[in-house]
Amino acid sequence: MFYHSASPDGVSKVSALMLRIASLALALLASPVLRADSALVAVASNFAPALNALIAEFESTSGHALRVAAGSTGKLYAQIVQGAPFDMFLAADQARPRQLENSLHAVKGSRFTYARGRLALVSWDALDEIAPEILRSTPFRRFAIANPKTAPYGVAAIEVLRALELTELIEPKLVRGENVGQALAFVASGNAEYGLVALSVVRSGAFHGSLWKVPAALHSPISQDAVLLERARDNPAANGFLSYLRSEGARQRIAAMGYDTHSARQ
Amino acid sequence: MPDLSPVWLSVALAAITTMLLLVIGTPLAWWLSQTRSRLRPVIEAVTALPLVLPPTVLGFYLLILLSPTSAFGGFWIDLTGDTLTFSFTGLVLASIIYSLPFMVQPLVSAFEANGRNVMEAAASLRASPLDAFFRVAVPLSARGFVTAMVLTFTHTLGEFGVVLMVGGNIPGETRVVSIAIYEHVETLQYADAHMLSAGLLTFALLVLVAVYALNRRSAVRVG
Repeated sequence: MFYHSASPDGVSKVSALMLRIASLALALLASPVLRADSALVAVASNFAPALNALIAEFESTSGHALRVAAGSTGKLYAQIVQGAPFDMFLAADQARPRQLENSLHAVKGSRFTYARGRLALVSWDALDEIAPEILRSTPFRRFAIANPKTAPYGVAAIEVLRALELTELIEPKLVRGENVGQALAFVASGNAEYGLVALSVVRSGAFHGSLWKVPAALHSPISQDAVLLERARDNPAANGFLSYLRSEGARQRIAAMGYDTHSARQ
Repeated sequence: MPDLSPVWLSVALAAITTMLLLVIGTPLAWWLSQTRSRLRPVIEAVTALPLVLPPTVLGFYLLILLSPTSAFGGFWIDLTGDTLTFSFTGLVLASIIYSLPFMVQPLVSAFEANGRNVMEAAASLRASPLDAFFRVAVPLSARGFVTAMVLTFTHTLGEFGVVLMVGGNIPGETRVVSIAIYEHVETLQYADAHMLSAGLLTFALLVLVAVYALNRRSAVRVG
């Protein structure tokens, strides 16, 4: 059997279809929304849920389109240095954005603190009241934190345990999640009875246990810095979003999602 | 020089998993190679599942199943006083599931390649089925056993996703070599990451070359 193709009639049908597709594409390109700019945000996992909420508002008012790549600060930093096509970097610390500024991967002077992280002590049980004393009064097996070697929230969690003089009790019970999200998952699934994780991550998900908001004085500030990356120096979408991120409206939303911000602290 | 304890932990995990899978996998592979049951495709499919499923699926189910709040996890705590998640025992259990096809599939192929005639011949010489299995089927399948054990060992040595999900990164307990490499990369300690990675790469390559070289040799002599 042979397949006869490209009869004169077939060719004209195909070219007519292509013409229609081309004109449709042109019409779409000419529409105001798609002519707006787009940018790719690299964000530390803990801020990803908050970022998605902020982006929804930003996109509807500006017409720009943003896409998000979430990961750990260390991994994203390594990817940026290796030439990943990110336009902005919302880190979970200050060190990595500062390094990017110094190595000229980021635009000098674009760095600012967009949020300060807060910690929460969480329990698997839905308790009436949860406070650090419970860790001394009731026996338990596992205590989940983010890995202090890779996650700033893990470092802060260790500081909190030290400030509460719980280090000796909890050290042998520690399990380390890859990030605060995994540490919370260990608690939410009942594999660890307690944990110290980012307040924002607890608030963003369907967590049914109890939480105690850790006073900010118990650990060094978890300042999270944002920076504009060199390839996006003149990208209106990236520049627009970073100024939106500094706005009072954005700050209030960030504060409502479990962070401290400049204005919310006063 | 990086901390080498994750290497020994991985080797211990791989060795124990291989031994246990040899005990579990051999009768299973034998049954699969001999049976005419209509259940065979189902059992074969279940055995092959870890090959096609992402480790996240297994890791997620294990996190739920092994949790102290689940019936099985609670039973285990009553029995042993220890949890299965975040423990070496839990990793052994996870590895047995994860590496099952690497033990069973080469053994099934080896048993099938022997054909039924040799077993019938042994039976006609009044060998008991168990006797025939150990004196005839096992020696004839020697290369299958070597392949199965080496693949199981190396595959378990390279296990990462499941451990990441149920291990909790505890030094000496669940921080295996793949997790250690991951952490070195995350913390930009590339020198340590290079050393462990190159070591693993060299070892895996040498072992696989040895297995393939062995498999090319002429038929195994039985006598």
